[in-house]
Amino acid sequence: MLEGEDAPTVAGRLALAQRAGGVAGPVLTAAFALLIGGLVVLATGANPLSTYRAIFDGSGLNWLFPWVSGSARSFAATNLQQTLLLTTALVLCGLAVSVGFRCGLFNIGGQGQYLVGSFVAIWIGSSFLRLNGPLHIVLAIVASTLAGAAYAGIAGLLKALTGAHEVISTIMLNWIAVWAGSWLVGQGGALQNGGSTPISNPVASSTHLHVFWGSPVLQGLDVGFFFALAGLVVYAVLLNRTTLGFELRAVGFNPEAARYAGMSVARTYVTTMAIAGAFAGLAGAIDVLGWEFQLGVTDIQTSEIGFIAIAVAVLGRNRALGVFFASLLFGALLTGTSTRNLDATVFRPDLASNLTLIIQGLVVLFVGADVLVLWLWNRRRRLRVAI
Amino acid sequence: MNVIGKAGVGLGALAFWLTLPPVATSAALVPLLLGGAACLCGAWVLAHGRRRPGAAALAAGLAGAGLGVLATHAGRGNLGDAVVWSALIAAMLVNATPLTYAAIGGLFSERSGVVNIGLEGMMLTGAFFGIWGSVETGSWALGLLIAIGFGGLAALAYAFFAIHLRTDQIIGGTAINFLALGVTGYLFVDIYGTAGTPSLHGSEQIPDVTISHGSGFLAQAFGQLNLLVWISFAVLALTYVVVFRTPLGLRIRSVGEHPRAADAVGISVYKTRYAAVVLSGMLSAMGGAYLSIGFVHSFNQNMTEGRGFIALAALIFGRWRPVGAFGAALLFGFSSALAQRLGTIPNWSSYAVLFQALPYVLTLIAVAGVVGRSIPPAAVGRPFAKQ
Repeated sequence: MLEGEDAPTVAGRLALAQRAGGVAGPVLTAAFALLIGGLVVLATGANPLSTYRAIFDGSGLNWLFPWVSGSARSFAATNLQQTLLLTTALVLCGLAVSVGFRCGLFNIGGQGQYLVGSFVAIWIGSSFLRLNGPLHIVLAIVASTLAGAAYAGIAGLLKALTGAHEVISTIMLNWIAVWAGSWLVGQGGALQNGGSTPISNPVASSTHLHVFWGSPVLQGLDVGFFFALAGLVVYAVLLNRTTLGFELRAVGFNPEAARYAGMSVARTYVTTMAIAGAFAGLAGAIDVLGWEFQLGVTDIQTSEIGFIAIAVAVLGRNRALGVFFASLLFGALLTGTSTRNLDATVFRPDLASNLTLIIQGLVVLFVGADVLVLWLWNRRRRLRVAI
Repeated sequence: MNVIGKAGVGLGALAFWLTLPPVATSAALVPLLLGGAACLCGAWVLAHGRRRPGAAALAAGLAGAGLGVLATHAGRGNLGDAVVWSALIAAMLVNATPLTYAAIGGLFSERSGVVNIGLEGMMLTGAFFGIWGSVETGSWALGLLIAIGFGGLAALAYAFFAIHLRTDQIIGGTAINFLALGVTGYLFVDIYGTAGTPSLHGSEQIPDVTISHGSGFLAQAFGQLNLLVWISFAVLALTYVVVFRTPLGLRIRSVGEHPRAADAVGISVYKTRYAAVVLSGMLSAMGGAYLSIGFVHSFNQNMTEGRGFIALAALIFGRWRPVGAFGAALLFGFSSALAQRLGTIPNWSSYAVLFQALPYVLTLIAVAGVVGRSIPPAAVGRPFAKQ
């Protein structure tokens, strides 16, 4: 499969890697990336073990240990709520990238789709104030999901109609969303709060999602988390148990063969991108209604959820469970290295947040290098034959 | 037919230009009439079956009329302050130069068949190591060389994964972007801490070339430009000659169009691609170093802020040709310059930010093929396995 000029598609290669490695590959990759991260910490003159321990505690994952009690336990709970809030967004955006991969599409546009979803949530949440709470929430979530789907659908439609590569079009759509958002909530923009700060109107408090764990005012965990879990189930069922999912995977493996079997490749591309955008748009709505409530220009320009989602999808091998655990890993890393949560006496948080970026980069680089493992494997076999 | 199409584009541009200083007509009718005439030209050409010139004229007419009417509302005094053509041209060159370097870098890489969305990361690498080297050695020239060296190194790492291990090139590029962001951010915080980079001495800054201090139009526009701006013109000319007029350029292009055939006539596909990718890293790093030690005179985390992606857009908008990419870089540089200047006008500041999105919208239109399709090199993004 690796020989010859017709290079395997991304989806084809990931499927191959799944057969070859199962869960071992991603786990080894993550461990290797963390190891190199530890060496970086060591080179800076800090102790890698106590640094990782502090990051782990900062992420609140120590809440899972029954022997953590008292004030340490309630502190850990607050931290874990933060981690799970990030996990929620990462799961949904990770699914947006994964569903594309399964169809042979590289959806780099998770960021733009997420942003468009959050703009629509802000718009609906801060207007139509006469609607009653639950209806208002449903309207905001549905509209954001559809907006994300439509936005990603542009890239799918362009690919289907003109063959424009989805990587290029989704990158462009990302930046268009960033600047359109900067205009919307910036000075004089349509969604800007009347004052002089470049920040949007807040959504009505009746549209806030219910916080079921922790304090509603201190960003406790809202019911959006269950949307993410439901998203994982929908994703798994959609891909493995429906005709649409079958067509989607068939196109991912080999578009020519799928066309030969009578499937419409163009339509599948558009549908897949729309599904991807729906996941990311939903993530935007849940973040806005769950804990952000209003967006500033800097929030929009520095948001990176959609990009980290690429690492999530790649590490999670586009499987529902894999996406969940990868999201948890990156959510924990991001929370654990934040200025608020990392014990600054152990390691400087401003360094640690860059460490997270390095680990992300290494994960993406080495997961992509599954071929390296296969290459070494083949070489070993060839050597054995030679002997 | 083409002449009428071009006349339409000209009329559209004229519609906007007449509303700006020095003419600055305040009658909204003028841009409306001229823009309408441009649209008529476009429609007529379209009706005769010529899509490209027709659509171009139509777009120019609509844009000219729209921008022109907006400009007539802006108030003469404000516009006169903001739209000073000589200053705008100087600002356009300042904004376009980093894009030009990275776009030309991307041109070498993509013409040889390797997609490079890591331009952003390589630029950022150059920006950091440029200022680091310059501060350490006390000389901007050595700093620039160090930047080029590290940019080449980052590209070499990417090339190994993309060419030798045949990882997916988009995944590899994404990894490079993450890594560059993390590594430069980490080093920046570790070395310079919260104080930021020290202010640069004269010998540590890339000097401006002072031709004239005069107040004439040419003196204002070109009198005091940075050395690297002038060098970018030379690099551009050299690139054109190398790519289209030398055997070396023919090799690069043949490897990107049909590697199997190139291999059959004895061209080393691997070596050519390695050289092209490393060169792209070096050129992107020059663009980054221009930003840090030529223009801003400091470094900040993620200071390239997506310029690598605009360069990628310029490359695609310019159809993978040196002059086209340069033209696109100038256009995008102009739109940033205009956005910065218009941001100072009270009623315009909110809309000015939308000019930042212009490069991406134009590129999206270009890849969609509305105004002449942008078609990439045939083998771009496909790894090559020698048989």
